Amino acid sequence: MKIVTANDLKSGAVIWWTGVGWSLDVNEAADVGDDGAKVIAREEGAQNAVSAYVIDAEKDEQGVRPAHIKERIRAFGPTVRLDLTVKPADANAVNWVI
Amino acid sequence: MYKYDEYDQQMVDTRVAEFRDQVRRRLAGELTEDQFKPLRLQNGLYLQLHAYMLRVAVPYGTMNSAQMKVLGDIADKYDRGYGHFTTRTNIQYNWIKLEDTPDALADLAKVEMHAIQTSGNCIRNISSDQYAGASADEVVDPRPYAELLRQWSSFHPEFLVLPRKFKIAVIASEIDRAAMRLHDIGINLVRNEAGEVGAEFYVGGGMGRTPFVAKKIKDFVPIDQMVTYAEACVRVYNRYGRRDNKYKARIKILVHELGLEAYSKEVDAEFAHLLSQPIEPPLAELERIQAMFFDPAFETGLSDELDLSDPDFRLWVERNTYAHKAPGYVIANVSLKPIGGIPGDATSDQIRLMADLAKDYSFDELRVTHAQNIVFPHVKKSDLYALWQKLEKADLSTPNLDTVGDIIACPGLDYCSLANARSIPVAQKISERFGSAERQAEIGELKLKISGCINACGHHHAGHIGILGVDKKGKENYQLLLGGSEGADTSLAKITGPGFDEDGVVDATEKAIDVYLANKQGDERFLDTYRRIGMAPFKEAIYG
Repeated sequence: MKIVTANDLKSGAVIWWTGVGWSLDVNEAADVGDDGAKVIAREEGAQNAVSAYVIDAEKDEQGVRPAHIKERIRAFGPTVRLDLTVKPADANAVNWVI
Repeated sequence: MYKYDEYDQQMVDTRVAEFRDQVRRRLAGELTEDQFKPLRLQNGLYLQLHAYMLRVAVPYGTMNSAQMKVLGDIADKYDRGYGHFTTRTNIQYNWIKLEDTPDALADLAKVEMHAIQTSGNCIRNISSDQYAGASADEVVDPRPYAELLRQWSSFHPEFLVLPRKFKIAVIASEIDRAAMRLHDIGINLVRNEAGEVGAEFYVGGGMGRTPFVAKKIKDFVPIDQMVTYAEACVRVYNRYGRRDNKYKARIKILVHELGLEAYSKEVDAEFAHLLSQPIEPPLAELERIQAMFFDPAFETGLSDELDLSDPDFRLWVERNTYAHKAPGYVIANVSLKPIGGIPGDATSDQIRLMADLAKDYSFDELRVTHAQNIVFPHVKKSDLYALWQKLEKADLSTPNLDTVGDIIACPGLDYCSLANARSIPVAQKISERFGSAERQAEIGELKLKISGCINACGHHHAGHIGILGVDKKGKENYQLLLGGSEGADTSLAKITGPGFDEDGVVDATEKAIDVYLANKQGDERFLDTYRRIGMAPFKEAIYG
C-alpha cells in the first residue's frame, strides 16, 4: 500500500493521512494508491501539514507497517527511548520498528 | 566571560520579536513553508524525523550557571525533559513545537543566549578549547579571540549566504582539544620570537563526504590583523566556492582543487586590499572583550594534595580530571556517556544540577566540549570529593573520559532526517561491551566515534576507531574505520573493508581492540600501535 505522511505545522508531530484528515496513529493511514500527489498538493496548500510525501507500507493483523526503517522510526518513535515511543507501554515497540 | 552590552541585548531581543511575528504569519497562513523555511533555519529551527528540532548556540562552549539552568528549564517547559549536547558545543532539543519556539528563544535571550546562525550556509558557532583559561599549556586564553570572531561573523552581510556552512575553531595550545585541523578555518594562537601574540591559520579541513585535514596557510598573522585575514579567507571562498554542487561546495574542495598555493595567493591579494579598508576592529575592542575573561579569584596557598583513599573517586580523578594552571585547582570533566547511555544526552534535572554545582564549585562557569561532555574548569582540589559525590548521585560520574566508553555519536536515524542508520544503539552496545572499568583501564585512551551518515556529524573520520552507518538495500550497515585522530596529530581514518550489521560491528570493534592489546608496546595508545603495525593485522583479525 501507499500512504502519505507529513509533519503537523504547529507541533511538528508526525502525521498520517487517513483519507479525510490527519492522524497521529499510523494504523489509521489510508491507502492512497496513485493519488498521493493530489493529496499532498491539496493539504500543503491548506497550510496545516508540511513536508508531506508518499511512502510504501504493508498492512497486516498488527497494523500498518512502513516499509523502510526510517519511516518505521518516524511512525513509532526513537528506538533508544522506550518512554518516548508512540507506544511507551509496549516493550515490543522497538522490535516492531527494527 | 563575555557580557552582552545594550546593543548585543537589543539585537537578540529584536531578533526574537522578529521571529515571533514570522511564526505568527506562518501559523496564520500568510507565509508558505517555502517562504518560512529559511527564516526558521536562520533561527536554528529544523524539521527533523519526529518534530521540530531547536539548536541553541553555545559560543566557544562557555556558559555560566544561569545559562545552563535555563537550558534545563527549556527542556521541561517546551520539550520532553532532556537536551542533547553536540559536537559543535551546542545543545539541541528534539521535540520543540513551532508555536512555542518564540517563547523558548525569549527565555534564552534573557540569559544572553540565542539560536542565530546555528543553521544555514553561514559562519556557525565558533568553537574553542574547553580548557581555555584554565589549563597551563595555553599561550593565551583563546576565548576573547573567539568572541571577537563571533561578533565579526554574526550578521556579517557578505557571509550570510556562503556556498555552504562554515566552521571556525580557535585554540591556543600545542595540544589541540578542539579538532582545529578539521575545520574550514582553524586558528592556533601563538607567540613569535618577540613574544607577540599572532594567529597561525589553517584552511580547508573538514569531514563529511570528502574529508580533508586543514592545511597551514599562514604561520603568523599579527593579532591586529586576525579578523582581516579571516575576512580575506572567507571572501575568496565566497567568490570561488562552488554553488552548483552542494557536495563540492565546502572550502576544503576549493582549496584542494585550486591548490593551497593558488588559494593562498588569492587570499594574500584580498588581504592586501582589505588592509587598506578599515574593517579590522580596533585593538581596544579586543581589549574590552579580554577584560571580561579575567581569571576568577583563585585562592592562594592551597594544597595540591588529594585524599584518594576512596577507590571509585581515585579512578574518576585519574580519568576525568586535568591539570589546572593555578596551584590547588583542577579541571573536572563530566562524562555524558554513562554505560549504555545516549552520548551527549542530559536530563533537565542533570542540567540544572550541573548549573548549581558550577555555581558552588567552579566560579559559576561550565564548558561544553566537542566530545559531548561538560567541564567544570576551576575546581578547588579540596572541593573535588564533594563535587564527585554529588555527580555520582546523579549518574554523572562515569570515569571514562577519552576511553572506549567516551563515544561521540551523532543522533543518527533515531532522530535525524538525513541519517541512513542508527548511531546510538551501536554506541550503547559498545559502551556496555566495554563497561568494565578494569577493561577500560587496560585499553587506555581510545577515541571511538560513530556517524549515522556520510555527513560525519559523529566525527567518524577522526576516530581511532570510527564507525559509519550506511543504508544497504534498505538495511543498516556499518563500516569500520581505523587510525583517525583529531588532535595535534590529526589524521583521517581508513575503512577496514566490507561493512557489518549492528552486532557484527560491535564484534569487529572488539577484535580490533584485541589486536591492539596483543601488539601494544609499553605505553602505546591504540592509535600508536595502529600506526606502527598498520592495517593488515587488524583486517586479518576482523575478516579472518
